Amino acid sequence: MSWRPGAPPALLHRRARLLSDLRAFFARHGVLEVETPYLSAAGTTDPQVGSLSLDLPGGRRFLHTSPEFPMKRLLAAGVGDCYQMARVFRADEAGRHHNPEFTLLEWYRVGLDHHRLMDEVEALVRAVDHEGRAGETRRLTYAQALADHAGVDAHGDDAPALARRARDLGLAVEGELDRDAWLDLLLSTVVCPAFPPGALTFLYDYPASQAALARIRPGDPPVAERFELYWGPLELANGFHELGDAAEQRRRFAAERTVRARRGLADVPMDTHLLQALEAGLPDCAGVALGVDRLLMALSGEDDIRRVLAFDAGRA
Amino acid sequence: MASYSTNEFKSGLKILMDGDPCVIVENEFVKPGKGQAFNRVKIRNLKTGRVLDKTFKSGESVEAADVIDTEMQYLYADDEFWHFMVPDSFEQYAAGETAVAEAMKWLKEQDMCVVTLWNNVPLSVAPPNFVELKITQCDPGIRGDTATGGTKPATLETGAVVKVPLFVNEGDVIRVDTRTGEYVSRA
Repeated sequence: MSWRPGAPPALLHRRARLLSDLRAFFARHGVLEVETPYLSAAGTTDPQVGSLSLDLPGGRRFLHTSPEFPMKRLLAAGVGDCYQMARVFRADEAGRHHNPEFTLLEWYRVGLDHHRLMDEVEALVRAVDHEGRAGETRRLTYAQALADHAGVDAHGDDAPALARRARDLGLAVEGELDRDAWLDLLLSTVVCPAFPPGALTFLYDYPASQAALARIRPGDPPVAERFELYWGPLELANGFHELGDAAEQRRRFAAERTVRARRGLADVPMDTHLLQALEAGLPDCAGVALGVDRLLMALSGEDDIRRVLAFDAGRA
Repeated sequence: MASYSTNEFKSGLKILMDGDPCVIVENEFVKPGKGQAFNRVKIRNLKTGRVLDKTFKSGESVEAADVIDTEMQYLYADDEFWHFMVPDSFEQYAAGETAVAEAMKWLKEQDMCVVTLWNNVPLSVAPPNFVELKITQCDPGIRGDTATGGTKPATLETGAVVKVPLFVNEGDVIRVDTRTGEYVSRA
């Protein structure tokens, strides 16, 4: 029966309704729908994200892992508030909550910071939750969540201290982990599973070492103006008060490529078009990427992404 | 030595952990969108049967365990070993008590079994799902009992004791499900 879809008809209908609700939400808020290339000469240098590539007659092209870079070029060109729903591709990500290609909703709001964008993310989720499955909203800093649920100091503890704590919590780990990897492990396996079922939990102000493309707010400790949304334990969205400093962005790209080289990962060229756009001037904005398939899972009470995809990677 | 990367992990894969052969029972991929990926696995130690949880940083590799299942005919037991033979090649293997373990009470000479070899040494023995064995001892049923009545214990030729219906007698050959240890029918 391998030709048959993995999703029952009711969930295919629920998906169609969700897509139309999302577009209606942005139409109401005056956010422009845009489309950008799936194939680009540059990809993400993030060592934690694996890109798929195609070798075309004109050279190597990377399948986008998110439409972030070209959308920022549009913002720098003055397009204003914009959103995109796109299939994105990530190598080596498959499981109950991952499919190597999935639908990402990405949007940018000019003049908002990450706190105001969290308000809008919550409004969007509630606007599409016709079943009323979402519970209370909670906002806590990354440090507070890690302290409450894993008993660690996310900004202060070093890798050996985090490793000891993980061992005390019963985690037997194979492989060398750095400080951020220990934090990722504790977050994924201890902290998130403790979030109340159905609650919308926003984590914000991440360690500066996990800034990705977010601004870093100086202070003691400095924190990345980044947030994530979880529905119960399920990660749904990741947002930034966007970094607009071209020189800083170039440094982060270079540092990530160094890490890729050290780990023996494929080299990915940095996106010089993005750097030029930042030099030209990115308006002050916040942006967020939300996994539409995961949102559909949460809205319909499913716990396996294969149930909400017509054809998951195993059936593709 | 062969090895597997975490992205090849799936249930049934045989790997070497801390020197022991193990089988992956469950594999779950976890990854924060912007962070390190992990494979959380449940693995069963094939020597001890113990199941344990391990978390692998994704991208790590782990040594493959040279474990294969082979159909063999049970030949005989001596004081120390149970002897098996691969029918096609006539190759013989001697399995010790820890490998034979629970299978011991179901083994009848010439029955086909699945012998799991690790580095070519028997690690475990699985008896056939159904065996036909003769009852060597059981009390006679009481007159007037019907086929749907109660049960009584019966000792089989291999020494196993199973519950049988009252109408079954000493000397009968019965069919037993080795996975549950339950009587199925008279053979």
